[in-house]
Amino acid sequence: MIKQWFKSGSPWIWLNAAAVSTCLILVVGLLALIAFRGALHFWPSDVAEFIYMEDGRKQTVIGEIVDTSATTALMARASGHKMSDDNDLLVQHLIKIGNRDLTGMDFRWILDRNIQSRQYPDDILVLERREWGNFYGYPVALKQEGQVIADGPQVFSVVSERLRDALSVYKQIQRLEKKEIGAVNYGLERLRLKQRRLELNAQWDEQAERKLSAERDEYEQQYRDYQAELQSLYKTINRDSLVMKAADGREIDMPLAKLVRIYRPNTMSVWAKTGHYFEKIAEFLLDDPREANTEGGIFPAIFGTVMMVIIMSVIVTPLGVIAAIYMREYAKQGFTTRLIRIAVNNLAGVPSIVYGVFGLGFFVYILGGNIDQLFFPEAAPAPVFGTPGLLWASITLALLTLPVVIVSTEEGLSRIPKSIREGSLALGATKAETLWRTVLPMASPAMMTGLILAVARAAGEVAPLMLVGVVKLAPSLPLDGNFPFLHLDRKFMHLGFHIYDVGFQSPNVEAARPLVYATSLLLVVVIVGLNLSAVAIRNHLREKYRALEG
Amino acid sequence: MLDLDALTQDKKPQGMAQEEVCIKVHNLNLFYGDQQALYGIDMHIPRQKVTAYIGPSGCGKSTLLRCINRMNDLVDNVRIDGTILLDDENIYAKSVNVAALRRRVGMVFQKPNPFPKSIYENVAYGLRIQGINDRRTLDETVEEALRGAALWDEVKDRLHDNALGMSGGQQQRLVIARAIAIEPEVLLLDEPASALDPISTLKIEELINELKEKYTIVIVTHNMQQAARVSDYTAFMYMGKLIEFDNTSHLFTNPSKKQTEDYITGRYG
Repeated sequence: MIKQWFKSGSPWIWLNAAAVSTCLILVVGLLALIAFRGALHFWPSDVAEFIYMEDGRKQTVIGEIVDTSATTALMARASGHKMSDDNDLLVQHLIKIGNRDLTGMDFRWILDRNIQSRQYPDDILVLERREWGNFYGYPVALKQEGQVIADGPQVFSVVSERLRDALSVYKQIQRLEKKEIGAVNYGLERLRLKQRRLELNAQWDEQAERKLSAERDEYEQQYRDYQAELQSLYKTINRDSLVMKAADGREIDMPLAKLVRIYRPNTMSVWAKTGHYFEKIAEFLLDDPREANTEGGIFPAIFGTVMMVIIMSVIVTPLGVIAAIYMREYAKQGFTTRLIRIAVNNLAGVPSIVYGVFGLGFFVYILGGNIDQLFFPEAAPAPVFGTPGLLWASITLALLTLPVVIVSTEEGLSRIPKSIREGSLALGATKAETLWRTVLPMASPAMMTGLILAVARAAGEVAPLMLVGVVKLAPSLPLDGNFPFLHLDRKFMHLGFHIYDVGFQSPNVEAARPLVYATSLLLVVVIVGLNLSAVAIRNHLREKYRALEG
Repeated sequence: MLDLDALTQDKKPQGMAQEEVCIKVHNLNLFYGDQQALYGIDMHIPRQKVTAYIGPSGCGKSTLLRCINRMNDLVDNVRIDGTILLDDENIYAKSVNVAALRRRVGMVFQKPNPFPKSIYENVAYGLRIQGINDRRTLDETVEEALRGAALWDEVKDRLHDNALGMSGGQQQRLVIARAIAIEPEVLLLDEPASALDPISTLKIEELINELKEKYTIVIVTHNMQQAARVSDYTAFMYMGKLIEFDNTSHLFTNPSKKQTEDYITGRYG
């Protein structure tokens, strides 16, 4: 009976089905976990006020419950907690208490059994700050140039209004500092390099000096104008400050210039919270990071990742396709081509960090160093291309993904039926014309497949990038308004590295943890997005050239 | 030039004397690596007639056909000696431009092989290769070629549809249209109807009859009835050798070689 069942083959079918289901469950579980933990981070949870007993003293703790854990009595005793006999569980809460400037840490564990009371007062105010993380407390008064202009219950509405103004001023300051003054600095630096170049070429004369110093004066005049504007803006933004009372009763003065957002979570409706939620997500996607990347957004990392993948694709596709065409269509098939093919396949198995080392040693130091010597002698000793940057990272990853493109393009070329090639040749086309007009278009879906795999691999790669161009915090994007707009020599940020940095290099682990999930989710979304667009292009091409059957 | 007429007296079929010769094959040997596939082929192919090659599978008839437009050049390890003269020019001479030769000698393959492009672009392909991109010229030539291949009425309303959506018989006629669009002198047909149903086959055969007024046609076929129906001259090949080449009616009614008789009476093949 059992024997017959085995013979029928159905156990194997069950086994296969089980394997597939396991894989699916794992993948779905992974995505669900990341999505859940990442997405939850932006939801404004209620802030509680606890009366808490510790070592016989009463204290007030204000904060959000982030996590709750239950430990068995045995384990708790082993780790030094006093447990009475009738207690068999030790319940602890992880509270985000914020106020890092006052308490030195913004998370703490409290024991559930020591909580005497828990309340959710309406007027608890959460301040999101540019430095030191969140602040939780009660608003006391609003000061303008040191004078109290509002106190008691109206503080919140007045502050909300003033904060809106302060934020718009802050935006202006940012624009001035980053864009306008940045452009001035960029211009001055270019003048300095120009002068240096002229000096090196022994063309530095009075005429050039006059011309350059005139331009320099112009820039400096501009700079002084911006500086004056900036000063008045700073004066405006520093005018108001908010007096807050922390959980331990201390009062502190908080300049509005330092605030990003204020809200009273305990009074917010679900709709208000949803609005807040999407606002936070938008901030996450579109803003620059703050506070060692544990707050704010990750736009530079998204931008850097996409930019690098695009440049990599631009480099790897033509190279890989041309190499594959030569090997498949022109090279004599024999021992040498077989050897090359094996070598290419094995390249795909080389650990990526090795590519990183190669990129650093060859591209950055040798190639970049020589480029600097030849084309940018005036910048010495500061390197231009002789240092890790976007270009080298893209080229290194292009090298890393080259085998994938070559292999799949070759595959595609070999699948084009001989009859199609002969049909073209019989009409008087040369081999090159046949390739260009018939074979390559028909093989384009396969090339796209290669590119898809390459993009998927490159976008998720971290190890080599750490050596050839990715940094924790890049001061400016590789694409901006200063000529020549695309700065391939700049360092950039990358989502994969960002995850590593935030998750494992951050001083504030608890604050960073949800961001790791959120960033992971985003990285997956970016890769899926890049892939989907490539898949769409491929399917379109496939539809167009579906001649391969028969 | 070689004096072929003197050499190949016995290979000249009856009635050939009054025909104008288009292609002269002289002592053609072909080797795939060490294996010889064609043995000393000598034959004259008359202009604007249909010449058929018959013979059992693997006898070398397709190979011989593919020598005429140098399609065999694409095969690795192939070696050819002997000459083929097209209008008294040796097509295997070093100075010959193979692409130009193939423009003069068009070819249609066993299985229809339209490109995955529109019907229009398929027919215009050969012209575009020659750098002709003028819309009017293309339009005219495409229409003419499709009419020539008896396909115009069926496809005139869907010229820009993908050619792969057509039936097999239409595809094969499209391929013929594609070949005649560049106005070759010779048309090589390699079992053009073997993958088609009887009605499509009939259409192709009618087409061949019409085409011979303009083109010299060489056709390879498995089907002896087809050879008898469409060709003026028939060559019987066996094991890489040209056994007999004669006027079609004469070859089928009164073969001079025993092997030919055995084949056409169905004793092997």
